[in-house]
Amino acid sequence: MLQLAWLLLAFPAAGALINTFLGSRFSKPTIGWIASGTVAASFVVSLGLLLGLLGLPGEERVITLPLWDWITIGDFRAPTALLIDPLSVTMALVVTGVGALIHVYAIGYMFDDERFQRFFVYLNFFVFAMLILVMSDNFLGMYVGWEGVGLASYLLIGFWFDKRDDTYGYYADAGKKAFLVNRVGDFGMALAIMILWTSLGSVTFLDVFQAAPASLSSGVATAIALLLLLAATGKSAQIPLYVWLPDAMAGPTPVSALIHAATMVTAGIYMIARTHVLWELGPSAANLAAWIGGLTALMAASIALVQVDLKKILAYSTISQLGYMVMGVGVGAYAFGIFHLITHAFFKALLFLAAGNVMHGLHGELDIRKMGGLREKMPTTYRLFLIGALALAGFPLMSGFFSKDGILLNVFGHSPLLYAIGLFTALLTAVYSFRAVFVPFWGQPRDKHLHEHAHESPPIMTRPLWVLAILAIVGGVLNLPFVLTLERWLEPAVGEPSFHPSLALEVSLLLVSAVVALAGIYLAYARYVKEIGWARRLQNALGPLQPLVEHKYYVDEFYDAAIVQPLKALARWFAEVFDPGIIDGSVHLIGRANLAAGERLRRLHNGLVPTYALSIFVGVVVLVMYLVFG
Amino acid sequence: MTWSMLFFVLVGAVSLAAAAGVVLSRQPVHSALFLLTNFATLAVLYVTLEAQFLAAAQVIIYAGGIVILILFVIMLIGGETNDFVARQRSWTRGVALGLGILLLASLSYSVFQGFNQPPADVTAIQGGIPEAVGQALFTQYLLPFELASILLLVALLGALVLGRHGTVAHTGSQPASPPPSSDD
Amino acid sequence: MVPTSYYLILSAMIFAIGAVGVLVRRNALIILMCVEMMLNSVNLTLIALSRQWGNLNGQVFVFMIMAVAAAEVAVGLAILIANTRHRESINIDEIHLLKW
Repeated sequence: MLQLAWLLLAFPAAGALINTFLGSRFSKPTIGWIASGTVAASFVVSLGLLLGLLGLPGEERVITLPLWDWITIGDFRAPTALLIDPLSVTMALVVTGVGALIHVYAIGYMFDDERFQRFFVYLNFFVFAMLILVMSDNFLGMYVGWEGVGLASYLLIGFWFDKRDDTYGYYADAGKKAFLVNRVGDFGMALAIMILWTSLGSVTFLDVFQAAPASLSSGVATAIALLLLLAATGKSAQIPLYVWLPDAMAGPTPVSALIHAATMVTAGIYMIARTHVLWELGPSAANLAAWIGGLTALMAASIALVQVDLKKILAYSTISQLGYMVMGVGVGAYAFGIFHLITHAFFKALLFLAAGNVMHGLHGELDIRKMGGLREKMPTTYRLFLIGALALAGFPLMSGFFSKDGILLNVFGHSPLLYAIGLFTALLTAVYSFRAVFVPFWGQPRDKHLHEHAHESPPIMTRPLWVLAILAIVGGVLNLPFVLTLERWLEPAVGEPSFHPSLALEVSLLLVSAVVALAGIYLAYARYVKEIGWARRLQNALGPLQPLVEHKYYVDEFYDAAIVQPLKALARWFAEVFDPGIIDGSVHLIGRANLAAGERLRRLHNGLVPTYALSIFVGVVVLVMYLVFG
Repeated sequence: MTWSMLFFVLVGAVSLAAAAGVVLSRQPVHSALFLLTNFATLAVLYVTLEAQFLAAAQVIIYAGGIVILILFVIMLIGGETNDFVARQRSWTRGVALGLGILLLASLSYSVFQGFNQPPADVTAIQGGIPEAVGQALFTQYLLPFELASILLLVALLGALVLGRHGTVAHTGSQPASPPPSSDD
Repeated sequence: MVPTSYYLILSAMIFAIGAVGVLVRRNALIILMCVEMMLNSVNLTLIALSRQWGNLNGQVFVFMIMAVAAAEVAVGLAILIANTRHRESINIDEIHLLKW
């Protein structure tokens, strides 16, 4: 049955092709159901793979399925092959499962869009590329998928390329920003692959991991890991390359849910977990990754506190949660990083889609200051959003609680200071996620007109969410403390955990996490619902920090001044000085030189017979002299 | 100096003078007459060179045919005389003169350097009498001879076509339909 | 007997004079005459060398050259006449259409 794994990739590819070439003849529901159906079929294939792997003993659960030779140049080989192991199958399940639900949701969400067909082609292409990324058995194939999802992301962020508003400017620019920032990270990925090839002579995961411990020096391994870290910061939106993700919210909401929350942005975490052998060889890079993750989590959470755009709150929340995952894989808790990746895919996709329902019901309005009291108007959406927020905040026994706590537990073993940062971020997470619940859904309507026209979404946009909501609630059973199903399951792919906490430590940290989450929720309740005095005073005390946070620490402005403007100036110099002066100049010089030479040589051809006779005579004399004297 | 040498020098001097006259005369008619002189002296030299038939042919073809033809044309066209100084390319005169001297010097040098053996047995050419030349022409060189006759025929026709009045320059641009009247 | 080299030198002189004449004169008729003169100088060379080697081939060549020269003069003069009809001149400097 594992031999049929290629179907996993074939279905979305077929869906994209069918909708590309035949979509214009289909009705909109047909297009949508073809796209959703192919992804659902892939999900079924993934389930089959899962069952197939479960039927094997643990140590045999790493299978390479060769398809064909892609590149063979001398001794450089890049096969097209699928790596079927617990990690890739888990990722495939998340991608296709969440992807299929979001596809179904998008049928409703995008129904009135004129580019409906194109949207589903892109979406299917994204799933295809993402599956290449997670299923490929070598770095080059992963790189192909890496670039493919980048392309899909670019196309879908700029899906409404002809729109512009005050939040994002031209929507097409948001897509360009994402693409360009990701280029920086992809550059690191390409360099890392090249170094791996030159030092190990192979790009296949299994070969590399087998050869690496013996033949890779610590310095080279650190260099590779640092370059991979650069790639991860680009794709998974970490410091310093996170700036594209908030702007990526310009894309349609299902895109934000699927690509920029659940799947693509987690590619960096998957990649680090996949290449864990290299990170173990370069522990300083792993340490740096952990700190970058922690700081990103803290910074993004603080920014999320003051955002007023519902989707931007969720975007910064995503950055923050990705920070947790990077922190987790940075400290070596690969299984917990993947665990949080899975639960986050559930509850963040749920939150985004619920936010999409809000947006749908309010005709595109996303400013939470204009909402309020939406609980009565959109009861289903409110419940769904609440479940997502509870999971995000780490409410006890929800999925996010277990996964986040697992990461924090491992971080504690690595560095208590980093743990403190993570814990404080967890508090902020609870506050901002419930701010996003209380302000739009509770209290009195702030904009009467908006409130009156608010309406609940059709079933096609709520039913898939219930699936996600259930998963967000019970997702924690995947890896309950002490049972650790997922961790055991992933062992063949990411190795055994290095940190074994004592029972007392684990229980006490669980309790601390629970208390922190509840405290954060109460804080938000006190500030945004009851408006208790001390909560207000607390905010006033933090007032001086507010402009800094509201301007997102001026990072965008800094990048603009330090990178964008100099590059633009350079480009302008090339366009206005170098190109017309040097490039065109040299071309013109050649042309003018030929013209001038022709102008002079033209005189030789004056059409007068005597001149021609003279030149013949000169030739004769020269010949005779050559024959006589030569 | 033998008599034959004296004779050669005299005839050669006349020939050179006539050649110079051709180039230097202002009137085309004078040039033509100098040319005639030049051809005649060459005919004399041919006799001294054991080529009796060619000497006769020289007189008949060149003096009797070509020069007369040229004189006819001069009478037809009328000689423009004042053409000696070509102002717009006056520099070519000096260059041409220099090149001529250079050519002459080179050829003379080569002759003096590499050509001093005495003549071979001249009996083989039998004084170049018509019988001998005819024998060669109609046996060994029959094909070139016939080709030369074809060439002359073609030249005859060509001259006829070129000389016809007025029609040559226009045939290319005439429409395909025949002109209404053809009285030329 | 006069040495062959004398004839050759004389021939070279006439050839050079003819060539210079071709280059310096503007009257097309005179240029034609100079060309004829150059041909004749070559004839002289051929006949002189025919005697030098005791071989009639040279004389046959001269005969051919005479035929060609006759043809050339006939056609050349016809061209001159046609040209004169066209532009009322036999000045070689006014025949300058060879660049087209």
